[in-house]
Amino acid sequence: MSTIDYSDFGQVQKSEQFQQLRRTHRSFVFPLTVVFLVWYLAFVTVAAFAPEFMAIKVWGNINLGIVLGLAQFVTTFIITGAYVSYANRKIDPIASELRENMEAAGKGLPEEQDDGIEYVPAKQASGERP
Amino acid sequence: MTTTALLTAESSSGLSTEVGNPWANIGIFVVFVGITLWAVLRASKKTKTATDFYAGGRSFTGTQNGTAIAGDYLSAASFLGIVGAIAIYGYDGFLYSIGFLVAWLVALLLVAEMLRNTGKFTMADVLSFRLRQRPVRIAAATSTLLVSIFYLLAQMAGAGALVSLLLGIDSQVGQSLVIAIVGVLMIFYVFIGGMKGTTWVQIIKATLLLIGVGVMSVWMLGLFGFNFSAILGEAANVAGTSAILDPGLQYGINTLTKLDFISLGLALVLGTAGLPHVLMRFYTVPTAKEARKSVVWAIWLIGGFYLCTLVLGFGAAVLVGPDVIADAPGGQNSAAALLAYELGGTLLLGIISAVAFATILAVVAGLTITASASFAHDIYGQVIKKGKLDTRGEMRAGRATVVVVGILAILGGIGAQGQNVAFLVALAFAVAASANLPTIIYSLFWKNFTTRGALWSMYGGLISSITLILFSPVLWGAETSFFPDVDLAIYPLTNPGIISIPLSFLLGWIGSKTSKVRENADKQAEMEVRSLTGVGAEKATDH
Repeated sequence: MSTIDYSDFGQVQKSEQFQQLRRTHRSFVFPLTVVFLVWYLAFVTVAAFAPEFMAIKVWGNINLGIVLGLAQFVTTFIITGAYVSYANRKIDPIASELRENMEAAGKGLPEEQDDGIEYVPAKQASGERP
Repeated sequence: MTTTALLTAESSSGLSTEVGNPWANIGIFVVFVGITLWAVLRASKKTKTATDFYAGGRSFTGTQNGTAIAGDYLSAASFLGIVGAIAIYGYDGFLYSIGFLVAWLVALLLVAEMLRNTGKFTMADVLSFRLRQRPVRIAAATSTLLVSIFYLLAQMAGAGALVSLLLGIDSQVGQSLVIAIVGVLMIFYVFIGGMKGTTWVQIIKATLLLIGVGVMSVWMLGLFGFNFSAILGEAANVAGTSAILDPGLQYGINTLTKLDFISLGLALVLGTAGLPHVLMRFYTVPTAKEARKSVVWAIWLIGGFYLCTLVLGFGAAVLVGPDVIADAPGGQNSAAALLAYELGGTLLLGIISAVAFATILAVVAGLTITASASFAHDIYGQVIKKGKLDTRGEMRAGRATVVVVGILAILGGIGAQGQNVAFLVALAFAVAASANLPTIIYSLFWKNFTTRGALWSMYGGLISSITLILFSPVLWGAETSFFPDVDLAIYPLTNPGIISIPLSFLLGWIGSKTSKVRENADKQAEMEVRSLTGVGAEKATDH
């Protein structure tokens, strides 16, 4: 196994560890985004085009519309909780390890100068190309 | 309810001057201004650098920032507008609030942390990170300024309407004077306190708003033995129809209104994570993890808030009645205030009125600092001065912009009085969803995204959403239009999202696919690594 130069963003990007971080992140947030968007748009479409379905009484004066609407709140809270727990357990450890390795190699140490004298962020200087 | 009958009688003779005591409302508001001024002055002592001014020194905790996000997000339109919409249209009003909440998942899952890791002060920082600086930054700043100004005008015009309702000031001059006072206060807050001061104003306001709304909801539920079903039943009785409990009263008229609703829903759910004043809040915390915590905390607060508006909306329908609300000065927007008066008399009305004012003041301050950051940091600092501006120069430019934006907001607010400007909020969301979100998502997640894709998507989204509004029933041909007698409405919906959002996603893709210019692969690698690991992210400056 070849060692990576942690001060080189290109090498880090290609490294197995970073690819794993990327996969861990995307394989969770992408499907979940699709799920909540589809669930929300389905709900809105049914409310707009099938109001009689939403009007079905479930309990007392509470109809299916209120129940499904509150279910949107509940799923939002559940997805929030699930993401936080996943990020804390799976994403953060890999991200911190990579960050520490890179910082040990001299990347991303505090570069911001807020002493009120000079203020030219390094990234802007190189960002402008002819 | 005998009091309802009393109110009905009063409403015909000018309810604004009869309900409650304007001096109580003003008094409570003055106390709020005093407390926030103190907080802003304290914050101003620690505002020494551009990072302090634009990002509050990145020293807020996730919980503080989450509360401030709720403060920024829960505008007077959310509070007064949604309670009123539920009171009059019933279930359809509730549909709004769901979109406003679910939208936060986009921010949580896709945007907040990566934005925090790659940007400095503004949305343009992230979008121009690995593309060509100048054109992308100009496009992002243009869209930031337009979204902020649309939103700002809507808030300022709303302030005028609120004045007539809550303070009993009916004259044009009086209302203009109050708009000017709100504007000057806001300029002072932002000028002196920068992001730190603004954040504290948001935190204080959000706390007051959530306590006020929470107390009213529990009170309302208490009146009905904590039986929500009973409130719904009574609302249907008062309204004389159970249709108020079902979808369709507002949007169910025909297929066009139904499509309009879906268009609005799309704009709400995708627009939130593209609102520049929301995005800017993610820079006020020290790390991406705190940015995540902010969104989580904001989701709980905002979710709780919208659950309360459900109770308050139907509560107002029961205790005040949809007809009385519709006839009151301020119409729909008066529902929350009238309900407060029914529940707790003059004192509660005063508190809720002051909270409503505080809401406008705080949201306007948040928008102003965003507009100022975008102009001073993006346009002046990076484009005109090409990044060779020291922190003092950037702050000086920022403060000058605050004054200019503030004066524009005052003039616009006075000019927009009596106009139906509610569409501006929906337009701001639609522009944010079409001009900003696609480019944010593409630059964070799609390696082959190019400058051309970004420009096509941003300008395409901006131009298409504004053009569609210009040829919509908002301006032409309908009863509520600016020009009711001329029908130039080629586009039949009032919300452009359903066309402009997919269009700008498509333009971003086509633009990138057809682009012949190779983008900087090193910058792409740097951005991707930084966005996920947080290496090299801007640090907190406060100790």
